[in-house]
This record gives sequence, C-alpha cells and structure tokens, in this order.
Amino acid sequence: MNTAMHVLPYLVAVYVFLTGCYGLATSRNLIHAVGCLAVCQSATYVLLLAVGYRDGATAPVFSDIEPGSRPVVDPVVQALTLTDIVVGATVTALLLALVLQIAKRHGTVDPDELRELRG
Amino acid sequence: MNRLRLWLLAVGGAGLAALLVAACLDLPAFGGRWHPYGDRAVQASLDRHIANTIASVNFDQRAYDTLGEISILFAAVLGCVVLLREARDEHRAPPEPAEVARPVRRYALLVLPVALVTGLYVIAHGQLSPGGGFQGGVVAATALHLLYLGADYGALERVRPLGVYEASDSLAVCAYLVLGLAGVLAGTAFLANTLLPYGTFNTLSSGGTVPLLNAAVGMEVASAVVVLLAHFLDQAVEIEEEHGS
Repeated sequence: MNTAMHVLPYLVAVYVFLTGCYGLATSRNLIHAVGCLAVCQSATYVLLLAVGYRDGATAPVFSDIEPGSRPVVDPVVQALTLTDIVVGATVTALLLALVLQIAKRHGTVDPDELRELRG
Repeated sequence: MNRLRLWLLAVGGAGLAALLVAACLDLPAFGGRWHPYGDRAVQASLDRHIANTIASVNFDQRAYDTLGEISILFAAVLGCVVLLREARDEHRAPPEPAEVARPVRRYALLVLPVALVTGLYVIAHGQLSPGGGFQGGVVAATALHLLYLGADYGALERVRPLGVYEASDSLAVCAYLVLGLAGVLAGTAFLANTLLPYGTFNTLSSGGTVPLLNAAVGMEVASAVVVLLAHFLDQAVEIEEEHGS
C-alpha cells in the first residue's frame, strides 16, 4: 500500500472533526449544535478504530476462532470506543435536556438571541 | 460581526487542520502489525478464560474505569431527571389514546418480544460474543418503547413503573460497587478479578466476576435508558404549560 492509504483513515477522522467544528461555530439552532457535537465525537470513534486496525485482522472475539490462528485488531481501542459512545450518549441527553429548558424559559433555541441571562 | 466571526473560524480551522494533518502523518501507519497493548490485552483475556477480549478490557483490566463510566451515566440520568421535572407553571395532561395503523401495531407487537430477548441475550453473552451490558441494555430498553409505537403512551406507562426502573438503576450501580468491594474483603484488591474461579473457556459462567459486572452494567444501562426516554417522552406527550399564568 502507498503512503496515502496509510494515513487516509486518520484524515477522514480529521475531516469529520473539522466538519463538526464548522457546524458548531455557525449553528443557528441549539439542537443542531448538539448534533454537531455528536459529529465531532464521531471523529474520535473513527480515529480510535483506525489506530487499532491491523491488516487482514478480525474481531478480538475468540468464541468462534482458535486463539492465535488469525491476527486480531487492537481490543483496547475498541473498548475505549465503547466508553466514548456511552459518554457521548449521556452528554447528548444532558445537553438536549438543557436545550429543552432554554426553549421553555426563553422561547428560542437560537444561540444568537440568547444574549442576556434571565432569571 | 458575523463576517468577522467567519474569518476567525476560517483562520482557526485552517490552523487546526494543518496541525491535525501533520500529527496524522506522524502516527503509526494504518493497518500496521505493531500493537503492543492489544497483544497483551488479548493474552490477559485468554489467561482469564474470557472469549470476548473487549469485555475483558472493560470489566476486568479496566473495571475501575468502567465504574467511572457508569457513574457518569448515573449522574447524567440524575441531571436529566432534575432538568426535565414538571415545573411549577406546568401540569400533566393524560394523552389521548391515538389511532395506530394496523400493520404498524402488528409488527411492533411482533418485534417487541424478539427485541427484548435479543437484548437480554446480548447482555448474557457479553463475555463470549460481541456485545455486553452496554449494548444489550440499550437494545432491551428500546424494545419496551416499541409499545409506544405499536399501541399508545398509556400502554407504555403501564409496563413502565418509573420508580422500579429508577431503583434498579441505583441498585445496579451499588451491585457493581459491592462486587468491587467483595474483592477487598476477600483480601485481594478493589475490582480485581481474582475472587471467583475462571471456569471453562467459552461458557456462560467463564471469566470470574466479568459476567456479574457485565450483568450489573446491563441492568444499569437498560434502566437508565428507560428513565431517560421516559422523561423526554413525558415532556413531549404529557407535560403542558399552563395557559394564562
């Protein structure tokens, strides 16, 4: 494989992350912003899984393959990705609950209209 | 103002992109053979008779981190419950029974038991096959919500006594802690998987405390998702603002 293929998955992660950042910065709607944050976080899944990949390897589960018979991908980053997904889901839930309260108290979900704090 | 902001974003984004790409070029090549941590994790997992290495990493090698993870989940659910409570200027109106298209009703009620059993299967086989407490918990919890699609909100509320799920959420976190402390009392270390025999490789009872921790996490995630969705659905379906207040 050439060099481009060796970095392409990492560059995909960078691309996804920057796309999410762009969305976050230009968002006109808080729900959309929460979605953009989830996009940023997806970049970390791509990066972690890309770091753990090994050519021609299979999943690190030995219920149906003989240990040592085939190379397996790195299980540590896969477990980290699982943690990442769980934390991402909880953060999304909490942020959406906050957005719901903002929408109720201020009558808007446009961050630009939330200039002054109201009690 | 807006144009200035976009320029700032463009400059910052270009700088960040350049740095990230430079960092990527320095990373080990994609698909390489050198994974020292992965190889050691696989060896440790096989030593303790756990077929699914990811379950071994989560519930044995990094069990303490998973305690932090389920605490985050627990705290987030608590936060959502507080944020989405019924405010003083709101009241609860029981939703009208809704008409459901017959095919939707039929297939939702057909898939519900299948999805529920699948979720429980995924939890129970966490240390053997892909899946585990986190994944199976979400499947089992969402299976219940097929009742909302297939029947109506009232039907879902009848099979979902929230208090029970809130209690089982906390009980599951306590169970994880107690399993950890059992190691301390037995003279090893907190959450060290040296308490129970490792059993026969690739059977349901293999892996020492891993299946138990996995079950606790499955119970916690299932209850947490049910409680979380219940509060969001309450906001959408039941809680209304008082008019003229």
